[in-house]
Order: sequence, then structure tokens, then C-alpha cells
Amino acid sequence: MTDDELRDLYRQMVTIREFESRILRLRLDGEIEGVVHPYIGEEAIAVGVCAHLRRDDAMTSTHRGHGHCIAKGADLGRMMAELFGRIDGFCGGKGGSMHIADFEIGMLGANGIVAAGLPIACGSALAAQLRDSDQVTACMFGDGVAGAGPFHECLNIAGLQRLPIVFVCEDNGWAANSVSGEMLSGTPASIAAGHQVRSTAVDGTDVLDVAAAMEEAVAVARGGEGPTLIVARCFRYQGHAYRNVDLPLPGGEEERRAWLERDPIPRFAEELARRGVELDPEAVSREVEEELGAAEDFARNSPVPALDSALADLFAEAPR
Amino acid sequence: MSERLKFFDALDAAMAAELRNDPDTFVLGTAPPAAMVEEFGGSRVREMPIAESAMTGMAVGAAGSGMHPIVLWSCVNFAFNAFDQIVNQAARIRYMFGGQADFPILFRARYLNGTRSAAQHSQTAYALFAHAGGLKVVVPSGPAEAAGLLRGSVRDPNPVILLEPERLRPLDDDVDLDAVIPLGSARVARPGDDVTVVSLGYTVIEACRAADALEAEGVSAEVVDLRTVVPLDLATIKASVGKTGRLIVVDESLPTCSVASEVITSVVEDPECLALLKSAPRRVCTAPVPVPFSPQLEDRVLPDWGDVRAAALEMTGISVADREGAGR
Repeated sequence: MTDDELRDLYRQMVTIREFESRILRLRLDGEIEGVVHPYIGEEAIAVGVCAHLRRDDAMTSTHRGHGHCIAKGADLGRMMAELFGRIDGFCGGKGGSMHIADFEIGMLGANGIVAAGLPIACGSALAAQLRDSDQVTACMFGDGVAGAGPFHECLNIAGLQRLPIVFVCEDNGWAANSVSGEMLSGTPASIAAGHQVRSTAVDGTDVLDVAAAMEEAVAVARGGEGPTLIVARCFRYQGHAYRNVDLPLPGGEEERRAWLERDPIPRFAEELARRGVELDPEAVSREVEEELGAAEDFARNSPVPALDSALADLFAEAPR
Repeated sequence: MSERLKFFDALDAAMAAELRNDPDTFVLGTAPPAAMVEEFGGSRVREMPIAESAMTGMAVGAAGSGMHPIVLWSCVNFAFNAFDQIVNQAARIRYMFGGQADFPILFRARYLNGTRSAAQHSQTAYALFAHAGGLKVVVPSGPAEAAGLLRGSVRDPNPVILLEPERLRPLDDDVDLDAVIPLGSARVARPGDDVTVVSLGYTVIEACRAADALEAEGVSAEVVDLRTVVPLDLATIKASVGKTGRLIVVDESLPTCSVASEVITSVVEDPECLALLKSAPRRVCTAPVPVPFSPQLEDRVLPDWGDVRAAALEMTGISVADREGAGR
């Protein structure tokens, strides 16, 4: 990767961190409604995964999906407008935090149902296979998925039919509010092995480690060799789901300290310094803050949707 | 081009015609027809593991990626494994994403009512799917209808569930394979003046049988074949009720929140229709239990032409007991 590309990875991670911090604040203050699932701490995964995706590659996302959208290239103002329920949001205010999608950039949607994105991602990969295109689909999900039926069904089918897909398990140790390891006989990787799907473990706090695994998995998928499961170990800094009440933070004091020492953002800044890549973290933070401020202004100034728009969009009208 | 075809052969012939017509169509199914695998290849007509949830979600993902999937669920009860993908995904994904993408999908499934298949294979399910919102729901009543409706379903840019009554298997008919029936138009299967019998799928056969019997008894029944539950063609129903002033809906589903309930509610909510009614409308439905196996028990719970006839005679002021007494 070039220095500019590396700096861009850093900036993307900062953007996700600051976007999520801002959204969490807006939610706790009651400025936006509904539920938000912060991605703070997991930024290196989305950014590392998207480092090797083209614009025309697809991605499916989860309830904790803002980071995925940002890394895939979604416009911050339109994301923010969706969170405010405004007309300029990606879904015209119909989706909100858990359903942001931008089909123009292959973001096939966040999904409020755990494990539901996996079959959809397999369908996107199947479409590429049927068309003989070399598009790849990245399927993002948490470790809580590993006990759910679609995980097993989809590993089986993707392996069997060599679908061009990369399954990315963001292993933050939690299945909603349960410790995920206590909810699973085996591990995501051992289940993949049972289906003869190759898997690889990466440090989900190291953007370059994630990116390297992704580069290989994407090459395999584009080459017609089928799926890979990437298991990225990480730490979720915040609670599972926020409305207007703050939540106790996950993990014990010691565990938190250990993870915070490996925080993906300063850690990558150090790595860039080691490589002699010029970076001014404060300047990046300043620029990102400005960009997010503009996105928030855009969202606040976006009109509330016309009320009758609530009745539109259920069915496509035009005869094919 | 017209051909003499049985019910399921007509459906498969129409499906093959659509595959020839549209290169974006493809089929996922646990047991796709061998002739179609042969003609289109095993990649495009793809045999799948028994994994309804994955298969259904894959159709959603492929449709959102510009393809046009056809999913064969086999028996509709198997699709209940995929309820999340049907209800949370297929039915609302277009809406919740603000109409960014279309999701043209045809889901095909049989319901086995009346074939001694017992509780887990005998459920019409159309009301369940209609209630999800965002799904079109189609129920053909014979081979020609089936072929035309299947082609109309594939050409509709939305998720469509086509429910195929197993009891129509032996029926054959002259089928125009070029005919396309757009979704949302009911048809009058048999004209009449005294009572409207709204029916769908297999119950159209029972309704027509009842109409034959009633004709001999001096009661003229008009049979309406709904063809689609979503969209519901209320104009055709209301026009018929406006003419007859009496309404029976025969639906081989439980009465609670059924198509029968919906049709009757829609009619009585309309003040003009209500004013024209000469008697209270009637639901002729399956008894509110799962369908039992024993032939005698199954026949007891499913509605048939005799139930329709009895309801029609009561509504027109002639009791069945009077008729049967007079006949003796």
C-alpha cells in the first residue's frame, strides 16, 4: 500500500470512531431517537476489510453497521440524515440506524436480525457467480451468529457451490448481552472447518492484519475458489444497544485496560511512524471533526419527510 | 400456442418459458424438475440442500443484485423454516431501504389440504403471507390460470408467493402458454344473480360444484375466483355483490384473520355495498384446528361444496332441511 493509502486507512478509522462517539452522544441527549449499536473499538475490521474491496464489490452488514457503511464509502451526511429520520437519509428516513443501505456502492444493507445477512450475502455472491463477474461479497457479522442456523446453512452452501464470498466474523466476545464463548460448542473456525471452509484468525485491532487476510480471501474468491471465514478478535468498547440511558461498559477493569492498550487507532499511528509514513494525527482529528460537523448540519437542515411518504416504497410499481 | 396440460405441468412449462425469456431468471430448489436442469444447466436451475432459510435469503440477496430468482419451497410448510427471511427480509427490505432497489422474486410452494397429508403439510398459508405486508400472494385455480399467473408473477417486480393447491394435480386443460395474467385481477368463474361465492385456489372447484347443485334448486350463484390475495381485486368482488346482494367466501383456511375475513370486512366497510346486502355475509372455512390425517376427519374439517350450498340456501331463505324434506 502507498503512504496515501495507509494514511487513508487511519483517517477512516478516526472517522468511524468520531462518527460513533457523536452519534452515541446525540442518542443519549435525545437528539436522535431509536436504538444505536456503537462500533467503537472495532474500526480496524471494517476498514481492513474494505481496503481490498472495489466499489462494485458488495457488503452486507449488521445492527452494528455504521462502521461498515463508512468504510465502504457511504456519504456521512446522508448517513447522519438517516439517523435523524430525515428526507436526505439513505432510506428517506424509513430505515434508521439498523437499516442503512447504499446500493450505489454495493452496501446491501445493515440488518436488524442477527444472522439474517448471511443468506443475503450468499445471494449476492451467487448473482456474481451466475453472471460470471469477478465481484466479491463481504459478509459482516458478529460472533453471536455462530450458534444460529443460517451460519451453518450458509457455510455449507458457500463451500459446496464455491460462492465468491468472504465471511467476516467480528469476534468481540459478546452475543448481545451474553458471553459468546459460553453460548457455543466449538468456535466459529471449528464450525467452518466442519464444513470444509477455510478460515483464518486475525487481530481485529490491527488494520493491516485484517487487510492482509482480506487480500488473500478476496483473491481466492475472485479466482473462483470459494469462501473464506475471517475471524477477527476485537473488543466492543461500549454496551450492546443504546437508547437514552447510558449502560455499564463491557469487560472487567483489567480486560478493558488490556484492550485499550491495543486500541486500533493509536496503535496504527505508531505503526505508521515506525514505517516512516508522515502523519499528523491531530490534523486528521481536526479535519474529521469538521467533516462530521458538516454532516450533522446537513442532517439537521434536511427536512422531515412528507408524511405520505410513509405509504410509499412498499411495492415497485413499474411493470418489468 | 395452446397445449393440453395438467396443473403442475402447466406451471413448469410457464416457468421454463420465463427462463427462456429472461436471462436474469434462475431457479433454486431442493428438487428442481429434471427436465429444467437438463435444459438450463445445473448452475442456473440449482439443486439446493434442505436449507430453506438460506435459499430464501439467497433469493433476496440475488434479487437486490439485479437477478430474478425463482425459489421452489416444495410444500409451503417447509418455508416456515425461512420465516425471518420471508417476513423480516423479503417483505420489507424494499420499504425499509426507501425503495433503493427492487426485489423481484418468485417463491413457489404447494399446499396439500385434502390429500391426507396431516397437519404439517396442510395449510394454505396465504393469509399469513398477506399479513406480512410487502408480499404479493397468488393462488391459481386451474392449469390455464396457473400458467398465466406464473408468468404474471415472474414479470412483477416484487416478491411474489405463488401457492399451488395439490388437489388440482389431476386437472388438465387447454393452456395458452403465451398468456400472461397481471396480478390483481379476479375473474368471474361462473356468472349468477342470487348469491356471490368468492373462492380461491381449489375452493373455486368446490364453489362451482355448489353452483351447479344450487342451479338445479333454483338459486343462481356467481363464483368469483380471486386469483390474487395481494393485491385483492375488490372492484370485481364489489361489482358481484352489488348485483347479488349476498356474499359467501369459501376459504380452506382457519377463519381467524383469513382471506374470508378480509373480503367480508372490505365489503361491509363500504357503505354502498353494505346497503345492498340482503343478508349477513358468511365465511365457509376450515374448522379452527390443524388438519387431521384420517380421511373422514379431514373431510369433516375442510369446507366443501355442500357447506357452500347450505350457506347459500340459508341466505336465500330456504333452509337445507326444507329442501331435503321436499326432496324425500
